[in-house]
Amino acid sequence: MNSATDANKKFQKELNSGTAALVLLSILARADEPMYGYRIAKSMEMDDEKVPMMKQGALYPVLRSLEGSGLLESHVDPSVSGPPRRYYRITKSGLETLKSWTQIWDQTKAFVDGILKGKTDV
Amino acid sequence: MCKDVDDYLAKLRKELEGCDPALIQDALSDAEGHLRMALDEVLASESGLAETEAVAPIIEKYGHPKEIAAAYRTVEYRTSLSLSASRRKDRQSFWARFFGVLAEPRAWGAFFYMLLSFITGLVFGGWALIAGPLSLSTLVFIIGIPIFGLYLLSIRGIALLEGRIVEALLGIRMPRRSLFLDKNLSWKGMFMALIRESYTWKALLYTALQFPLGLIYSLGILLLFATSLSFIGSPVMELVFHLPLELFGPEAFTPVWLLPFVCIAGFCILPLTFHLARWVGKVHGKYAKSMLVKA
Repeated sequence: MNSATDANKKFQKELNSGTAALVLLSILARADEPMYGYRIAKSMEMDDEKVPMMKQGALYPVLRSLEGSGLLESHVDPSVSGPPRRYYRITKSGLETLKSWTQIWDQTKAFVDGILKGKTDV
Repeated sequence: MCKDVDDYLAKLRKELEGCDPALIQDALSDAEGHLRMALDEVLASESGLAETEAVAPIIEKYGHPKEIAAAYRTVEYRTSLSLSASRRKDRQSFWARFFGVLAEPRAWGAFFYMLLSFITGLVFGGWALIAGPLSLSTLVFIIGIPIFGLYLLSIRGIALLEGRIVEALLGIRMPRRSLFLDKNLSWKGMFMALIRESYTWKALLYTALQFPLGLIYSLGILLLFATSLSFIGSPVMELVFHLPLELFGPEAFTPVWLLPFVCIAGFCILPLTFHLARWVGKVHGKYAKSMLVKA
């Protein structure tokens, strides 16, 4: 039982590590204004979700990595209610990358769906 | 099971043991900011809830210290690969390595860092050396305490900015997140925390020393760079434009037979300048890391 849960967790984690960057770029591309880490994490929460698909803490190193690659840019603003917040905004290069990654995602999804449906039909 | 935010941070720090101190600082800063923000939101909406009860579901969503440490390690591994990409040493001949430095992004980065240190040394070091004694002198009045506190905070801000410059130009991993003080502390508590942390004083010492160091770096590298360019251009300048190099005194032209050697010397000094810049950049990067990263 435990090993099955562990395997599921591992599979979910591996999927997340590949898709987190795409999800973050997509959220920031749709945002009207720069967003800070906590808001981004909150916007990913689903209404019926008890445990999030992605751990919120794992988003921060990905945000930093995307910034390091020039796909995001950030600035720090002081906050009246707590520590200073780092606001992220998608760059032009980030938008172009999102476009091509979305195409790759669509192809991958179609491929996996096709295989899974094929197996179910058998 | 973590009983509060501080406990979580202590466990996360333990899980990150052995990692780059700059990465640990970033991870702790990210976690503390996020968890305290989430905790404030929950406590505001559900008054009367104990912190221990409120923090458990927040940590469940954020991720346990072990998995978050693993996430940082994974991303850091990829970043370190890109930072070290330019450090690969090919099996090249001596001359290829000697002149090849001119095509090395890291050497150019160090070169620009040394040039830029003229401005950053003057501004950052000037601020540390002038505003410091001024704010210190106001301590005789009660208003002096917040003024001195703000001065120390500004030094920590400068330290973060300098760290970003060091990472961008010298390729040394530095903190990307600011350290912040626990907002639950009173003003007096925050001031005392600032005073007590050795990081504040190391950042102050580093910033003040940037004043003389910046001058030495920028003037030294400019002198070498200008010398190499003038040596390289000496045949054209002396024979075509009749502008003496003045190697042998004022208004004195270099003997014609010596000009090719002067020109070759110029071509040798130029890569030497970049080798020196790269070495200084490496040493300065280590020094900056020891001073500007909270242990």
